[in-house]
Amino acid sequence: MSILINKDTRVITQGITGKTGQFHTKMGLEYANGKNCYVAGVNPKKPGEKFEGIPIFATVKEAKKETGANVSVIYVPPPFAAAAIDEAVEADLDLVICITEGIPVRDMVRTKAKMKGRKTLLLGPNCPGTITPGELKIGIMPGHIHRNGRIGIVSRSGTLTYEAVGQVTALGLGQSSAVGIGGDPVNGLKHVDVLKMFNDDPATDAVIMIGEIGGSDEETAAEWVKKNMKKPVVGFIAGLTAPPGKRMGHAGAIISGGKGTAQEKLSVMEACGIKVTRNPAEMGKLLKSVLK
Amino acid sequence: MNIHEYQGKQIFRKYGVATPRGEPAMSADEAVAVAQKLGGSVWVVKAQIHAGGRGKGGGVKVAKSIDEVRSYAQKMLGMTLVTHQTGPQGRVVKRLLVEEGAQIAKEFYLAVVIDRVLQRAVMMGSSEGGVNIEEVAEKTPQLIHKVAVDPFTGIKDTEAELLAHKIGIPSELVPQARELFKGVYRAFDECDCSLTEVNPLITTGDGRVVALDAKLNFDDNALFRHPEIVEMRDLDEEDPAEVEASKFDLNYIQLDGDIGCLVNGAGLAMATMDVIKLYGGSPANFLDVGGGATTEKVTEAFKIMLRNPKLKAILVNIFGGIMRCDVIAEGVVAAAKQVGLKVPLVVRLEGTNVDLGKKILADSGLPIISGNDMGDAAQKVVAAAKGK
Repeated sequence: MSILINKDTRVITQGITGKTGQFHTKMGLEYANGKNCYVAGVNPKKPGEKFEGIPIFATVKEAKKETGANVSVIYVPPPFAAAAIDEAVEADLDLVICITEGIPVRDMVRTKAKMKGRKTLLLGPNCPGTITPGELKIGIMPGHIHRNGRIGIVSRSGTLTYEAVGQVTALGLGQSSAVGIGGDPVNGLKHVDVLKMFNDDPATDAVIMIGEIGGSDEETAAEWVKKNMKKPVVGFIAGLTAPPGKRMGHAGAIISGGKGTAQEKLSVMEACGIKVTRNPAEMGKLLKSVLK
Repeated sequence: MNIHEYQGKQIFRKYGVATPRGEPAMSADEAVAVAQKLGGSVWVVKAQIHAGGRGKGGGVKVAKSIDEVRSYAQKMLGMTLVTHQTGPQGRVVKRLLVEEGAQIAKEFYLAVVIDRVLQRAVMMGSSEGGVNIEEVAEKTPQLIHKVAVDPFTGIKDTEAELLAHKIGIPSELVPQARELFKGVYRAFDECDCSLTEVNPLITTGDGRVVALDAKLNFDDNALFRHPEIVEMRDLDEEDPAEVEASKFDLNYIQLDGDIGCLVNGAGLAMATMDVIKLYGGSPANFLDVGGGATTEKVTEAFKIMLRNPKLKAILVNIFGGIMRCDVIAEGVVAAAKQVGLKVPLVVRLEGTNVDLGKKILADSGLPIISGNDMGDAAQKVVAAAKGK
C-alpha cells in the first residue's frame, strides 16, 4: 500500500513532446515499474506519434479511453498549464499532478473554481510530484535517494523534501510515499489532505510534515492532527529567518501583515502534539526518536 | 512587481475609478506647472516611493499656494524618506505626484487580495480608513467586512452595495461606491494584481466617492501578458543586487548578515538560512539558483554575493536531483577561479553524481572546505565567518 500512486497507476504525460516532459517521462519509465505505468502522452498537434514507445494522443479524454490511464502529469509551459489541468479534470481522471512552475494565480483561481464538485484531485502546481518508492515515480525528484519503507513525507518545497528523504534513507528507514504539494498560494492538495491519506494508509507508520512561511495551511493541518491523527507526526518549518514582506522564491512563501511566520506555525504545531525541530539537518533524527 | 501611486491611479482611471486629478512631476518646476494646470487653491504634493506610511515621514504635504508647491517639491525631491515600510535606510525621493486638494468628509479602507483559504479573490472594506489596517484586523476584526468574489461573474451589484452599506457609506452615495468597487475589482482581475489597496477611500464634502490612494502589486508570474505594466517598473525602487540577479534568472534577496548562501530550491534555501542562524551565524542573502543552474549562472551568483562588502564566508548547499552535483562543482570551480575567492568557501553536495562533484572540487586545488551534511556545513561556515 501507499498513497496517491502505486504500481497499478496508469499515467498520461501532458506536454510529453517538450524537453522537460521528455526528460522526466524517460526518468519515470526507467524507475521501478515505470515501464508498465507510463502509457500515454498528449499533444494536440502530434497525435499518432510515439515517444520511447509511448503513444501520443490529441486529447486527455482520448488517451484515457484508449489506455485506461487514471493519472496525468503536466509539464506544459505556464501560460497553458491551467488549461491543461482543466482538460484532465474534464476527462475525470483520478489525479492530476502539475509540475509547472510560474502559473498566474488568476488562472489557478478559475481552475480551482471549475474543479468544485468534480472527482479529480490536483497535486501542485509548482511541485516536484510524488513517488512511491520501489513502485512508481511521477515528477522530477531523483529516484535513487528513495528507499521503500514506512515513513510518509509531505512538503511544500521540492529540495527540502529530498533533504528529508535523504535523511530518512541514511538512517536505514524508507518511505511509503513522498508527496510534494508545491509552493503556490492557490493549489490542489494541502498538508491536511495528504495527512488524512497517510493516516488511512496501513503501510505508513509515521509522517514528516515540512512547511514554510506564508498562509495558514500548516496550522489547519496541525489542528486536524490533534483531533484525528493516529500516527506520530514530526515537523519542520522553513523561514524562521525570512524577513517579512519578501517573497522567498515560492509565490506562496511570504509573511504578509505579520501573518504566516515560521514561529507562529511551529507554536501551533507543538500545541497540537506535533514534535518539531528548528534544525533542518535533524528531521530524520527527530522522526526516528518518535518511532515505537 | 510594484508600481507608484500615480501609475496606480492611471490604471484606476482606465477602469472608471474616481481619483483626484493630478500628474507626476520629476522637478520643482514640473510640480509648479502641474499645479498651475490643475488650477484651484489647494494642492497635495506626494512623494512617490514604493512604500507606505509616507505621510508620517513628511512625504505628503498640503500646499495652499503655488510658492508652497514649489518649496515642498524642492524639499521632498532628493530627500531620504524613512517610513515603517522602508527600513531604517529609507528611500530617496525621485518622483512626486501633484494633485488637487480633496475635501475629506470621511475615510474608509478598500482592498482586493487573494484569500488562500477560500482560493479566490476577496474584496475587503472597512469604516476605518487612513490607518494601519493590520492593526484594525488585529484589534477590531469585526470592523473589516469581506466578499469572496466569483471569478466568473466578478463582484455583483448586490454584493458591492451590501459591502458599501456595511462599512458605512451614506445611502445616497452607495451607487457611486458600487461602481467604484466594481472598477477596483476589474482592475485587480484584468491586470493580474496580487494586491489592490485604496487607503484611504474617501467621501467628499461635495458628495463624491474617491480613491485618494492607489497601491497595486502584480503577480510576477502573469507579467508576460502585461507588457504595458512591465513598462511601469521603476528600477530605482529595487535593490540593485536583486535586479542584477533577476537578469540571470536567479532568485536573490539581500539580507543583513555576513554569510553568503547559494542553494538550489527555495525551501532548502530558506532552511539553509535558518540552520546558519541556529549555529550562531547570520545569512547575508537568500539565493535560489533554481533547477537548471549552469556554470554561467553559478558564476554570476558568486559575483553578486561577493559584491556585498559585509561578506565573510560563503556556503554552497546543493541537493542535486535533476541538477547534477558535477555541474554545480564545475560552476563553483570556474566561478572561484574567475572572480577570485576572497572569503572562505564551504560546499555541501548531495544527490545525483555527488562523488564526481566532490572529486572535481578536490582536484581543483582550491581551498574549499567540505561539509558532510547540512548541519556540519553550517557549523563550518559559521566558524569560518568568525575567523576560526
